[in-house]
Amino acid sequence: MTPALETLHRAWQNPRGRAGALVLVAVAAAALLAPPLLPDPLAQPDLLNGVNLPPGLGHPFGTDQLSRDVFARVVSGGRISLAVAVLAMALSITLGAAIGLIAGYWGGATDIVLMRLVDGALAVPRLFLLLLVLAVWERVPIGVLILLIGTTGWFATSRLVRGEVLRLREEAYIHAAEALGAPRRRIIFRHLLPNTLGLLLVAATLGVGEVILLEAGLSFLGLGIHPPTPSWGGMILEAKEVLVTAPWVGVFPGLAIVVTVLSADLLGDALRDSIDLWRA
Amino acid sequence: MSKVLEVENLRISFPDEERRRFYPVDGVSFTLERGRTLALVGESGCGKSLTSLALLRLVPAPGRIEAGSNIRLGETDVLSLEGDALRHIRGRRIGMIFQDPMTSLNPVFTVGDQIAEGVRAHFDVSRAEARQRALRLLQEVGIPDPAERLKAYPHQLSGGMRQRVMIAIALSAEPEILVADEPTTALDVTVQAQILEVLDHLRATRGMAILLITHDLGIVAGRADRVAVMYAGQIVEQAPTDRLFATPSHPYTQGLFASVPRITGPVGRLTPIGGSVPPATAWPQGCRFRPRCPKAFDKSELPPPLLPVGPEHRMRCWLAEERDR
Repeated sequence: MTPALETLHRAWQNPRGRAGALVLVAVAAAALLAPPLLPDPLAQPDLLNGVNLPPGLGHPFGTDQLSRDVFARVVSGGRISLAVAVLAMALSITLGAAIGLIAGYWGGATDIVLMRLVDGALAVPRLFLLLLVLAVWERVPIGVLILLIGTTGWFATSRLVRGEVLRLREEAYIHAAEALGAPRRRIIFRHLLPNTLGLLLVAATLGVGEVILLEAGLSFLGLGIHPPTPSWGGMILEAKEVLVTAPWVGVFPGLAIVVTVLSADLLGDALRDSIDLWRA
Repeated sequence: MSKVLEVENLRISFPDEERRRFYPVDGVSFTLERGRTLALVGESGCGKSLTSLALLRLVPAPGRIEAGSNIRLGETDVLSLEGDALRHIRGRRIGMIFQDPMTSLNPVFTVGDQIAEGVRAHFDVSRAEARQRALRLLQEVGIPDPAERLKAYPHQLSGGMRQRVMIAIALSAEPEILVADEPTTALDVTVQAQILEVLDHLRATRGMAILLITHDLGIVAGRADRVAVMYAGQIVEQAPTDRLFATPSHPYTQGLFASVPRITGPVGRLTPIGGSVPPATAWPQGCRFRPRCPKAFDKSELPPPLLPVGPEHRMRCWLAEERDR
């Protein structure tokens, strides 16, 4: 079994890790597969079906003030929220890994310049940066939103990877590869990168939870995903007006956020424990 | 006899905290011959590992090899090489075996991948061909069931197996010189003997020149053709192995022998060498062994050159002159 598989296997052995993984898979599967089977989340208001119906048969999560099925909207909102989170995270991790590898392996002036830039970027609160851009750019397309979240989320990852590379490059097997005359790109991509994969996996899993919260926060402020496209944060924003009379409209998307983020964190923690065990 | 490697007056310097340079390796010269083993013996901190790294230009920054040093690999001047030319020396002309087989293999790749890496770094061959060669190399270093082992990850192998794999990796680009830096230090005594057998076998069948770096005089006897004893960044005595063992001449070498337990002869207390190796930042003036030497005399205040004490036998001690008189 490869070490990467062994790491996953051990995380699976951990009950918290397994619970997190199962819930995440269930949420992702529902978001990917269920929407065609559910009522149209963008359906035109149908006052005959009634607005703000409580949860019951036909509408497991009830309906909202525009008579749309809340369950259908939570599920298709999950599709958007998860897509944004996964894509933005993939972008962040790639950038972070690349910058971290370069800074760590090249060292010297390259390292100093890159890391001071990262220090600077880390000093600016991410939410502030995003709010600034989104406040100016109204109704930002979803692709741009992913790009923005992705390009502002790699700073910490790059530090993490750099630190790991600094440790790894003193490992005997890196010296051995150099003594064998292995080309530089080979040492970076075949020796250093695979040895940071575990770390990246943990960072990505924990990061997904963080990005879901961030996107929900932005959408709640009316700056992220715009209606009528459903998103968890946006749904809570819309539910504000009926929070007392029809709490299910806001509670269910809220629960979806909590459950998903919690699962990602549980899985991330389990992966981290598993890697620490591996190292010990 | 054909010389494959000549090292002349090798000096390696590092800066201290005040940016003054000090010399952990200070004027080392030796030659390696085809099919012969030279043992480089010395305590930790005497500069023997650094010397071996210099052969591949792998001295870690901020260390540097000083001008006036000379390393010739056949016709190649190693110290003038740059970039890819340098990379083609590493592994291809000189293969290296490291001390600790536990950490010298990459945990995330199979053994087969790691041997094939050396093959493919230096020869333009297909993946399948590289794998075939890896298989043959595993056979050559005496690993049972090599086809299965090819697919194993390092953590699935014992220490001795891993060291054999390390040797196979060092052989992967068919170098003419093998540098073995403490190849058996991390292994059990029984496994040590096996690994040394493998090295001996390779020297005989491939006609390789071997530089065996060790602190253990016990593994030198019967394995090496010549021995160079290092102390404080310099070679202090160099001789054919049997001669060195019969008549160790430098007080430091004599001290080393006196501190090794013997099976034959009268039972007595071991005599350790007093004191410890000075740090490289403060090599003593004059003879560097003087502060610990029981035989130091007036002239030891001047640094001695390598002086002849017999045929092919030289030492860095003024006593060699006394003897001649």
